[in-house]
Amino acid sequence: MKTVRIGAGLGFYGDSWRPVAASIERGSVQYIGSDHLAELTLAILQKDRMKEPAAGYTRDLVPMLTTLWPLAQKHGVKFLLNAGGLNPEGARDALVAEFGKRGWKAKIATVTGDAVIGRIDALRAAGEPLDHLDTGASIDGVRERLLFANAYLGAQPLVRALEAGADIVLSGRVADAALFLAPLIHEFGWAADDWDRLAAGLTVGHLLECSGQGSGGNFNSYLQNGWESVPDLGHIGYPIAEVSADGTAILTKAPGTGGRVDFDTVRQQLLYEVHNPHAYFSPDVVLDMGTLKLEDLGGDRVRVSGATGRPRPDKLKVVAGYDDGWAGTATIGYSWPGAMRKARVTEAIVRRQLEELKLAYDEIHAEFLGYDSLLGALADNTHIEELNEVYLKMSVRAKDRRLAEAFPRQFPWLALSGPPTASGFSGIEPARQLLGLWPTLVRRDLVEPEVKVSLQETAP
Amino acid sequence: MTRVRLVDIAHARSGDKGDRCDLGLFAPDAATYAVLKREVTPERIARHFAGMASGPVALYPLDNLLALKIVLNGALQGGAARSLRSDNLGKCAAAALLRMEIELPPDLVIPANAGIVRP
Repeated sequence: MKTVRIGAGLGFYGDSWRPVAASIERGSVQYIGSDHLAELTLAILQKDRMKEPAAGYTRDLVPMLTTLWPLAQKHGVKFLLNAGGLNPEGARDALVAEFGKRGWKAKIATVTGDAVIGRIDALRAAGEPLDHLDTGASIDGVRERLLFANAYLGAQPLVRALEAGADIVLSGRVADAALFLAPLIHEFGWAADDWDRLAAGLTVGHLLECSGQGSGGNFNSYLQNGWESVPDLGHIGYPIAEVSADGTAILTKAPGTGGRVDFDTVRQQLLYEVHNPHAYFSPDVVLDMGTLKLEDLGGDRVRVSGATGRPRPDKLKVVAGYDDGWAGTATIGYSWPGAMRKARVTEAIVRRQLEELKLAYDEIHAEFLGYDSLLGALADNTHIEELNEVYLKMSVRAKDRRLAEAFPRQFPWLALSGPPTASGFSGIEPARQLLGLWPTLVRRDLVEPEVKVSLQETAP
Repeated sequence: MTRVRLVDIAHARSGDKGDRCDLGLFAPDAATYAVLKREVTPERIARHFAGMASGPVALYPLDNLLALKIVLNGALQGGAARSLRSDNLGKCAAAALLRMEIELPPDLVIPANAGIVRP
C-alpha cells in the first residue's frame, strides 16, 4: 500500500534546520514542508523591505537550502516553503544565484498572488468591505496606514507547482498546513471536494507546521512523563507523518533523535492555536477535530485517523498589517533586599517625571522581570518581599518615533540618584515599530485568478 | 473535598491569533477529564483571567482527546505585533491556567506526583 512520508521543516523564521537534516538522512521523508511565516512575521519582513526593496523574504531560506540541498538531492526530497514572505520572486532570485554559483541543478517554482495590498480599493469596489473580521470595524480607520495585506492561499497552487515538476516550491502567504496538504493531494490525487481526505491532510499539516512542538518540544506538562522526561531535546527530531491514501497517518520522527511522539505531545499540538475545534478553517476544507482518533502505538508512533471535513469556505482570509505607532523600552534591575519595592518606587518616579516633562504617551506599560513579566496579573505575590532580584521593564506607545525614543533617556540618572543597587540598565536600542493586524475576508474569485505559478530551472 | 491546582492533574499549551489567546487543557485519564469538564467552566476561567482578558471566554470540550479547548477574547493587548508585553504571544497563559485551583472529589485517584495544596 502506497504511503507518503512528509517531514516538518522550520516552524518559524529563525528555527533550526539541523533536525531537518536528520529527517532527510534517517527519516525516509519524500517531502519537507517548511513554515517560516507566523502571523507576526510579515510585519518583520515588511520592516526589512522598507529598508531594502530586494528584501522581504525570510533570510534563513538560502543558508537552510544550501546546507540541506546536497543531502536532499541524494535522497530525492522535495521542499515546499513559504519563505518567500512578501517577496517570493526575490527569494527565488537569491536562491537561483546561490545555486548557480555552486553549479547545482534544481527546478524552483514560485507562487505569487497572495499580496493584495495594491488592490485594496479594487477589492472594495468589487463589493468586499474588508471590515475587521472580529470587531466589524471599517477599514477606513487604518486605510492610510496599511503596510501589507496578504491572502492565505490554499494547497492548489502548490499542487500545480509540484505537477510542473518543481523540486523546491517557494510561496508567500499560504495556509501553513497547505505546505503539507499539497504533496498529499499531488501524490494521492485527492479530489478538490473529497472533504474527509482533505481534512485528514489538513490535520497532518497542522501537526507538522510547528516543527518540534509536534514531537515533544515546548511540552507544557509537569505530570509524570512531563517535559523533563522528554529525551534529549538538544537533538530533537521534528515530526514526520507517514500518510496513507485514505488520509490515515502515523506521526513519528527519525530514529536516533531526541524528543517524543506520543498521545500527549501530539494532542498538545493538535489543539494549538485552534479556536472552534469543530470548525477549523482552511482555504481547502473545514475540519472537525471532534471525530479524530489518536492511538498511541508506542515507540514514538501515534496513529491519527477519523478526520471529517466540510466544504471549503467561499472566502479567503486576508491579514493586513498597519502602522500602529512606536514602542520605547527601558529596563533597570535591582537586587535584594527589597528589590521589588525599589523597582516600584522607580516606576512611580518615572511616571511622575513623564508628567512633569509633558511627555504624553498613548500607553505606559510596566512589568517586573523576575516577578510578573510572563504571568502578568496572574503572578503569585507570595514571595514578593524576598525576591533576589527584579528588573523594572517599562514600555511606552507613541505615534511619533522620536517621542518613543525619548523615553529610555529618562532612566540613566537613576543609577546614581535613585533607589540603591540599580544595575543592568538597557534602553539604548532604537524604538520598535508596532503593527496592528487587520484580519478580514475576501471572495476567492477576487484573489485566485491573480495567483501565478512559475518555474525556473537553475543552470549549472 | 480537596483542592488541587490544575498543574498537578492536567497539562496545557497556549498560543495566539490576533487579540485572542487560546489554550488546550489536557487530562491524563477519563476520570480527571470528567472533573475538568465539571469544574473548569467559562465563568471560572473568566474570573481566573480577569486581569488579562477583557472579552468573553469560549470553551469546547473534546471527549475524543480528553481535552478542553479554551479561547480568551481581548487577551493580548490587541495582538502580538502591537503588544507591549514580554509574553506578547500568550505562551505563558497555559502556565497561568495550570495555577487555577479546583475542587477534587475524594474518590478520584490522583496521579502519583500530584501535590495537594490544601487538605
